[in-house]
Amino acid sequence: MAIVLPTVAPRRSLLALERIPPAIWVIGLLLLAMPAFASNFVLYQIFGWSFILGMIALSLMVLAGYGGMVSLIQMSVGALAGYVVAILGTSGVPQISLGWPWWLHIPLAILIATLFGTLVGALAVRTEGIYTIMITLAIASAFFYFTRQNYTIFNGYTGFNNVIPPAWFGIDWRQAVPFYYLTLGCATLSYLAVVWMARTPFGLALQGVRDNPRRMSALGFHITAHRILAYSFASVIAAVGGILLVWQNAQVVPGTAGIPQVVDILVIAVVGGLKRPIGPFIGALIFALLSVFSSDILHAFGMSGERFKLVVGLGFLAVVGFSPDGVLGLWDTYQAKRAANRDPLLGGGR
Amino acid sequence: MGTLQNFSTRHPAWTLVVLVLVVGLAWLIIAPWSPSFEQAMGRKRIFLNAILSGITLGALYFLVASGFTLVFGLMRNVNLAHGSLYLLGGYIGYGVVEVTGYWLLAFPVVFILVGALGLLLQHQVFRRMEGEELRQTLVTIGISIVLADLMLWYWGGQSYQVRSPNWLSGPMTLPLISSIRADGVAVYLSYPQVRIAILIAAIVIGLAMWFVLNRSRLGMLIRAGVDDRDILAASGVRIQYVFLAVFGFGAGMAGIAGIIGGTFQSLSPGEDTRFLLASLVVVIVGGMGSIPGAALGAVIIGLAEQIGLVYAPTYSVVFTFLIMAAVLAFRPQGLLGGGR
Repeated sequence: MAIVLPTVAPRRSLLALERIPPAIWVIGLLLLAMPAFASNFVLYQIFGWSFILGMIALSLMVLAGYGGMVSLIQMSVGALAGYVVAILGTSGVPQISLGWPWWLHIPLAILIATLFGTLVGALAVRTEGIYTIMITLAIASAFFYFTRQNYTIFNGYTGFNNVIPPAWFGIDWRQAVPFYYLTLGCATLSYLAVVWMARTPFGLALQGVRDNPRRMSALGFHITAHRILAYSFASVIAAVGGILLVWQNAQVVPGTAGIPQVVDILVIAVVGGLKRPIGPFIGALIFALLSVFSSDILHAFGMSGERFKLVVGLGFLAVVGFSPDGVLGLWDTYQAKRAANRDPLLGGGR
Repeated sequence: MGTLQNFSTRHPAWTLVVLVLVVGLAWLIIAPWSPSFEQAMGRKRIFLNAILSGITLGALYFLVASGFTLVFGLMRNVNLAHGSLYLLGGYIGYGVVEVTGYWLLAFPVVFILVGALGLLLQHQVFRRMEGEELRQTLVTIGISIVLADLMLWYWGGQSYQVRSPNWLSGPMTLPLISSIRADGVAVYLSYPQVRIAILIAAIVIGLAMWFVLNRSRLGMLIRAGVDDRDILAASGVRIQYVFLAVFGFGAGMAGIAGIIGGTFQSLSPGEDTRFLLASLVVVIVGGMGSIPGAALGAVIIGLAEQIGLVYAPTYSVVFTFLIMAAVLAFRPQGLLGGGR
């Protein structure tokens, strides 16, 4: 035993690196090298925004894909984290903001938002399936109207402006390149966290609960606890995404989690695909590209540039109508077709 | 409707609490308030107005939510485009009233047009995804996004108000004492006629729906479908026609509610999500798929919203939300929902 062990351990770690497909290496290097050739606008507005929206949509993907619960509260959880950062940290509203240091207000923001998400989850898991959509949508709307009407804490209609990230290492994180790497780092971490979570005993049990709650219950698993914990896990990701979103816009207003924005997150996650954690990021990139370039595209077809929502809505309908698993589903169908066309004996060819 | 008697025999204590509350409320409404009481609670006129606007708002919510809850109960389809149908109905009604000048004419026109859109949606879209509840719901979200943008395109961002007819404009005096003047003469409450008319219309429509559901063949089919769709289909009923009828009716009701909402409030982009939210909360509170539940939920939410608006303006939304959370926590199927 003592002789065998040292030879096994390094081989396993080598295998883990080898298992990563080359496509991931290419995409990873491309993303890391992006600032070398992309303009600041592309880095900040398109990729930075995509990573943030992707993170919030990823938290929905965790709940919907692994837990079978379509929750519309994730955007509100993110916005609440942003609000807490603005209230406890510094903002352009000194009457309300407490100006606490970042190492205090950022963890607190994530904690409070996670508590909120968990509480909503505890309410929502009392019902099932489509009821969850209704209930989380109702709570998300209540959050929106409450932040709009409450002036003592949430500063009502105007919200908070001038909410900027702390100057870690003396860097202005709202510059395009630092912000790109900040969002890329957070997005990668949350992606890896989700991939890791799905393989833990908890993640496997959660997927079991999704597929057959009755059987899991008979096996002795606490179904409700698994579901609520999934909400907590997802809320952490949504909270980080929300803080980044607030930093990107330098403001948080009730409209940050308005009903259209809440629905956008669902659209992004569904368009990208709810089956795998990469889906929401693909959906977010498509959404960001569409929203930035829609006026140009619409003008090309001779329409007014304001009809962005129409394009998004029709695109969403097309995806739900033809490929319920989103863009990822299209990719899978293509792969399956190629595999089916391959010669079963010789391989390759068509 | 034997459930009510069951309730009183099974929960005598709760029945007593409800009775005391109802009698107390009736006393607050009917009896003139003494000056010291008015000092503590504010003017009685304000209180009465809040109650009445709450009930009329509840009537409007009921009209919107009844179609929503029927569609949900029968087809398991959360129609998140319901608010868009409401707004569309309001806009079309506005157009009809502006062109013809007849307020009443708007109702059949809107019912037919919006109902036809509902039939089209059910026949062309939802029927193709039968049994895939989540996908149907996602499709309704897509439709609501598209409809909202099309309406914004055509009608623009300004707000419209449907003109109420002359015979309904102006106030009417209600047999409710609002205050007693120093010389001992009772002052009666006056209230906009339109709102009273809406309240009566909602009650009539609600009763008509109850009769159709409980006393007609179609209603029997619908109730059977709500209970067990598959058995109904297996016993030879062409369930697709029942679905079509219910979806068309629900859409038409949403459209009609749009005219009414456009008459005593206003129509603008964003009202669709507001009324979608209202319908959601009403059916969550009242019980999904139940018409009496929708009525009860609508009145509770309408009252909570208006009383909250008068006595705690900042938190009126929170009241609605708290009611919903409490119902979810203690009775997830809704106050009058079946134990599904």
